[in-house]
Amino acid sequence: MLEILTQKLTSVFDKLKGKGKLSEGDVDEALRQVRLALLEADVNFKVVKELLSRVRGRALAAEVLNSLTPAQQVIKIVNEELIAILGGERSHLVGASMLAPTVQPSSMVLVVGLQGSGKTTTAVKLAVQLKQEGQSPLLVAADTRRPAAIEQLKLLGEQRNIPVYFDTLAQNENKVMPVSICLRALKKAKELASSWVIVDTQGRLHIDEAMMAELAEMKSTLQPSEVLLTVDAMTGQEAVKIAQEFHSRIGLTGLILTKMDGDARGGAALSIRFITGVPIKFLGTGEKVDALEPFYPDRLASRILGMGDILSFIERAEKNISPEQAKKWEKKVRTAGFDLEDFMDQIRQVRKMGPLGQLIETLALKQVQGYPYLSGDEGEKRLKKVEAIILSMTYEERHNPTIIDGSRRRRIARGSGTAPQDVNQLLNQFYEMRKLTKSLTRGKLPKNIMNMLAGGWHQSK
Amino acid sequence: MFDLLKRTESAVKRSKETWFGKIAHVFDRNTIEEKTWEELEELLILADVGVETTSKLLDKVKQRMKKEKLTQPLPVKAALKEEMLNLLNISQFRPPTAPCHPFIILVVGVNGSGKTTSIAKLAYSYTSQGKRVILAAADTFRAAAIEQLQYWGKEVGAQVIAHKHSGDPGAVVFDAIQAAYSRQAQMVIIDTAGRLHTKFNLMEELKKIKKVAAKLDASAPHEVLLVIDATTGQNGLTQAKYFTQAVGVTDIFLSKLDSTAKGGIVFAICDEVGIPIAYIGTGEKLSDMAPFDAKIFVNAILP
Repeated sequence: MLEILTQKLTSVFDKLKGKGKLSEGDVDEALRQVRLALLEADVNFKVVKELLSRVRGRALAAEVLNSLTPAQQVIKIVNEELIAILGGERSHLVGASMLAPTVQPSSMVLVVGLQGSGKTTTAVKLAVQLKQEGQSPLLVAADTRRPAAIEQLKLLGEQRNIPVYFDTLAQNENKVMPVSICLRALKKAKELASSWVIVDTQGRLHIDEAMMAELAEMKSTLQPSEVLLTVDAMTGQEAVKIAQEFHSRIGLTGLILTKMDGDARGGAALSIRFITGVPIKFLGTGEKVDALEPFYPDRLASRILGMGDILSFIERAEKNISPEQAKKWEKKVRTAGFDLEDFMDQIRQVRKMGPLGQLIETLALKQVQGYPYLSGDEGEKRLKKVEAIILSMTYEERHNPTIIDGSRRRRIARGSGTAPQDVNQLLNQFYEMRKLTKSLTRGKLPKNIMNMLAGGWHQSK
Repeated sequence: MFDLLKRTESAVKRSKETWFGKIAHVFDRNTIEEKTWEELEELLILADVGVETTSKLLDKVKQRMKKEKLTQPLPVKAALKEEMLNLLNISQFRPPTAPCHPFIILVVGVNGSGKTTSIAKLAYSYTSQGKRVILAAADTFRAAAIEQLQYWGKEVGAQVIAHKHSGDPGAVVFDAIQAAYSRQAQMVIIDTAGRLHTKFNLMEELKKIKKVAAKLDASAPHEVLLVIDATTGQNGLTQAKYFTQAVGVTDIFLSKLDSTAKGGIVFAICDEVGIPIAYIGTGEKLSDMAPFDAKIFVNAILP
């Protein structure tokens, strides 16, 4: 597996210690590591080449050579270039109703892409999000080819109370033209006063002449305000060609990168953005219909470089931990009233953020030096164990753990099915953590949690 | 056999015309130069072979050049072909020799890799051999996945055993195998929900499904087929590793090879995980499937 880039680069520059000044060759050696990282993230070969020549120019322009921490400098430059390519700001859906409210009653979004790239799920996610924003979306089942695709959209729409337009004829035979389905859907949208019409199209290969022509016709007849290409985050070098073909044939207005909840680094998105200039609008981050996240260029850049996505983690933490809860903890920490009960509370909150393995992936912690490798499985087990131990303590013990002596320790271990050493370890961890949190002046919560996790891992070996 | 050759060739023909085609041109020069290696590296990486596997392949060829004193482009090309073939030539998956009644295939993969369509093609190839096939609709998670499998079951003439949406997939598998016993079906193919290999709980669920099959027949499942989309990049290797760790993948179905994607990640998978490629998917029709043949594959890539 790929090691974190910073670490590799540091080792490159470490070798050069005492040399005083970095040569052009030294910078090239560093860039080789960057190249490897980018290629492993599936960034297109040609894009990598172009990108590195830009970075090299800047790196040589004395920025790095005079720096005390050249590794960090190179990373910084690469990161900046990546962010520059990925686009400076977040994009939103552009609807006709926003541009010119009277021209068209409903804005149309075509969701297009290869088979299995996640069109149907994404269409529903878009509709769900629009509905949450107070819009009234209508979903259109225009995939008449894949068996049960219409059924799938109908079921998902039903679950969220979003109307789905489908053609009963199309269910039986795929003779019905998608374009006529969409035209009828527009009428239906008028009836329902829908502000958005979201069309789930058939999956197609970018080299399928007839299917691409059909899509081009749909675009010119329907004049959608958005044509969004769904791209699987796991796509390899071919991503560029796929996007180029779709873009040149029908003109895309945006990309949605799907299946970002896995461990794919999503370099394909960078390549597509670089080659076509089409902005990335959203990321699909789960199978649930509300797992659609806005796109942040800086976060994807970090992920492509294998630096983990700490910002997203913090956001998720904030989503799962209520502000009142956070304030309560903060106060307790400051008044040193933080006890094992609160400790358990925090553990439970962490677990609420999803499987631990996913969190570790998100943070790329596996790759950070000093964190012993811990699979999600083991982590999950450890947290469960900690919970069991605390639950086996009396109220008194939880609030004042200093009273726990040898005999109490044995009882707790028996009660929780663990060994006395485990109880000891937990107590040490808790004291360590109390020290850490106390030292945080304003006791910011996410940091708090990360310290706790880190503390746990350090002592697990 | 001829038909198979033709199908594989036409599937990779498009790729050949684009990136891989260039490999052939690289060798049109009279001598092997530093530039030749750079171009080869570019072409292999663009085919999703991956940095590591590419340098491994090229290093081997370079070594052979020295050892065998090769200077001309053609022998070097032949050497590269051989090395590519060597990576793919791992012992093919062999079904157990003892007769299994029924033969049980567990099909797994990430979301959208093409599991259900590939299952339809597999089932079709078995039913056209006159075998009685039962499909187990163990994807109880995705909306309308059951309906999709039922549609294919009707098309290929295989019975589909299904429960309700969001039911227990293990129970579906249990019933499907029981049904196979009572109807004397020769094959059971299990369709599972797509899952990203990093999701701990979902991988645990997969282990459980496998255990249920083993409960009824200790040797089952007889084949664990991982479906990988040919457009997948370096993540394909991680997929192969994780799924193998969880449920012991026996072979791979490389789907969607009819696009311009080359599926170069299979070189790394064969090399590092040691799982053979069994089939390729070459289109949307039921007959668009062929057994994987490493020689034809490499020859079609590097004519």
